[in-house]
Amino acid sequence: MFEIAPHARTVVLAVLGLLCVASLSRLWLAQQNPTRDYQELKLRIRSWWWMIGLLFVVLMLNRQAGIVFFAFLSYLALKEFFSIVPTRLTDRRVLFWAYLAIPLQYFWIWHDWYGMFNVFVPVYVFLFLPVRMLLLGDNNGFIRSAGVIHWMVMLAVYCISHLAALLTLPVINHAAGYLGPVLFVIFLTQFNDVCQYIWGKQVGRRKIIPLVSPNKTWGGFIGGCVTVTLCSGMIGPYLTGLSWQLSLVVGAMIAVAGFFGDVVISSVKRDLGIKDTGQLIPGHGGILDRLDSIIYTAPIFFHFYRYFAY
Amino acid sequence: MKRWLKILSFMLVVRPLIIIVIGLNVYQRERLPKQGPHVIIANHNSHLDTLVLMSLFPWSQLHRVRPVAAADYFLSNRWLAWFSTNVLDIIPVHRDGSAERKDLLADCQTALKAGDILILFPEGSRGKPESMQPMKKGVYHMLKETPEIGVTPVLLRGLGRALPKGEALLVPRNCDVAVGDSIYADQTAEGFMGAVDEAFVELKAQCQGSAWLDEGL
Repeated sequence: MFEIAPHARTVVLAVLGLLCVASLSRLWLAQQNPTRDYQELKLRIRSWWWMIGLLFVVLMLNRQAGIVFFAFLSYLALKEFFSIVPTRLTDRRVLFWAYLAIPLQYFWIWHDWYGMFNVFVPVYVFLFLPVRMLLLGDNNGFIRSAGVIHWMVMLAVYCISHLAALLTLPVINHAAGYLGPVLFVIFLTQFNDVCQYIWGKQVGRRKIIPLVSPNKTWGGFIGGCVTVTLCSGMIGPYLTGLSWQLSLVVGAMIAVAGFFGDVVISSVKRDLGIKDTGQLIPGHGGILDRLDSIIYTAPIFFHFYRYFAY
Repeated sequence: MKRWLKILSFMLVVRPLIIIVIGLNVYQRERLPKQGPHVIIANHNSHLDTLVLMSLFPWSQLHRVRPVAAADYFLSNRWLAWFSTNVLDIIPVHRDGSAERKDLLADCQTALKAGDILILFPEGSRGKPESMQPMKKGVYHMLKETPEIGVTPVLLRGLGRALPKGEALLVPRNCDVAVGDSIYADQTAEGFMGAVDEAFVELKAQCQGSAWLDEGL
C-alpha cells in the first residue's frame, strides 16, 4: 500500500504544492481587497483539493482501486448526461441497460482483456441498445433516442474507461510506475485548460467559434497549444515511456483534443440552454463540466501511447 | 429510541442511496425552515419524493420532519407499516373516508403544536410522471387558525423519471429540487392557492436542466 514510484511521487508533491500556492494566493487576495467577494474562488479551490486528494489517494492504493474509481466516475458522468439530455419515458429500461455497460467495460479492463475492452461499447452495446429499444414497441422518436443514448455511453463510459486502461499497461518507465501515464494525461489536460484560459485573457482577441463558446480565442488556443506541447516534451520522458520527440507530438495532440472536448460539452449545454451540467462539484458545476476535455484526451493519448511506446 | 432509529436509517441507507443513485441539484436550500412548526408542500410524482425531502434537513431536525401519507398504501402491510411508523414517522391519512376529515386536520395541528415540520403533497396522489395536477385546499384550512405558521413550496423534478408510479425498476438520474419563499395563510383561500400556484410556476422556470421533461416525450 502507498508504494509509489519516485517520479510519480515528485509529480504528486508538485501538484499538492501548486494547490497550496493557489490556497495561499486566495488568502492573500482576500486580505488585499477585503471588499471583494472571493466565495466562488474559495469554493473552486476547495473542490480542487477534494478532487485531487481523492484521485491521488485512490491511485496510490493500487491499480484495482484506480479501476473502480474511474468506473464510478463513468457512472456519475453517464448519470449526469441522462439527466440533462432528453430521452423518452419509455427509454427508462434502455437507460438501465446502458448503465450495466459500465461494470462490464471495467471488468474487461480489470482482466486485461484488451480486445474486448476495445470493441465492447462500439460493437456490442451499440448493436444491443436499439434491440432492447425496439422490444418496447414505441416507434415515436426511435432514431433520436437510439443515437443520443449511444453517443452518451461512448463519451461517459468508453472514453473515460481509457484512463483505467492506462493503469493496466505494462510499465516501461519503472521510475514512474503504473501511475506515470495516467498522471501525465490528466495533468496535461488540466494544465491545457488553464493555459488556454490564461493565454486567452492575455492575448486573445479573435474568436474561434463565437456561436458556441465566446471565450475561446485564437490567442488562447495557440498560446495554450505551444505551452502544453513544450511542457509535454519535458515531462513526457519523465512520466511515460515516450521519447521527448514523441512527447512533443502527443502534447500537441492533447492540447487540440482537450480544446475540442471542452467545446463539445459547451455545445451540448448551449443546445439544452443550461449553464452547468449539474451541481456535484461546488464552484465548478457538474462532473461533465470538469471531465469535458479529459473525455477527448484520454482515448487519443491511450492509443498513441500504446502504438508508439510498445 | 425512535429518533435514533430514524437518524440511523437515514445515515446508513437513505442518504447514501440519494447521494449515489439520485444526486440532487438543490436551488435555494437556505430557504428551508431552520425549525418547526412549519409546513413543506411539494408536487408528487414518485415514492422517492418523501425520502428526498426528508434528506434535505440536518440531522438535528430530522426527527421533527414528518410526512403526511396515505394509510391505505403506507400501512398496507406489516413491513411497510413498520417502516412508515418507525423510520418515516408518518401522520397517516385515511383516503377511503373511514375517518372524519376533521380528525386528519386535528392530527396535523397537534403535530404542528408540538413543533413538527410537516411534509404534504396537496395534489393528492402521485400523478403521471412529471406532470402536475391541481393542488387541493386542505393546507389552507389546516392553517387558517394559525396563520403565523409558514408554508414552503418545494418543486421536485426528475424523480418521476427515476421511479415513476407503478414501476419497480429504479433508474438512476440527477433530480432538481427548487425551494420557494414561505407563503402564509393570513389571506383568502383563493389568494393563498393563487400564491402557491405562482410559486410553483416560478420554481419551474429555475430548473432549466429538466425543462425538457415538459415536452411530453
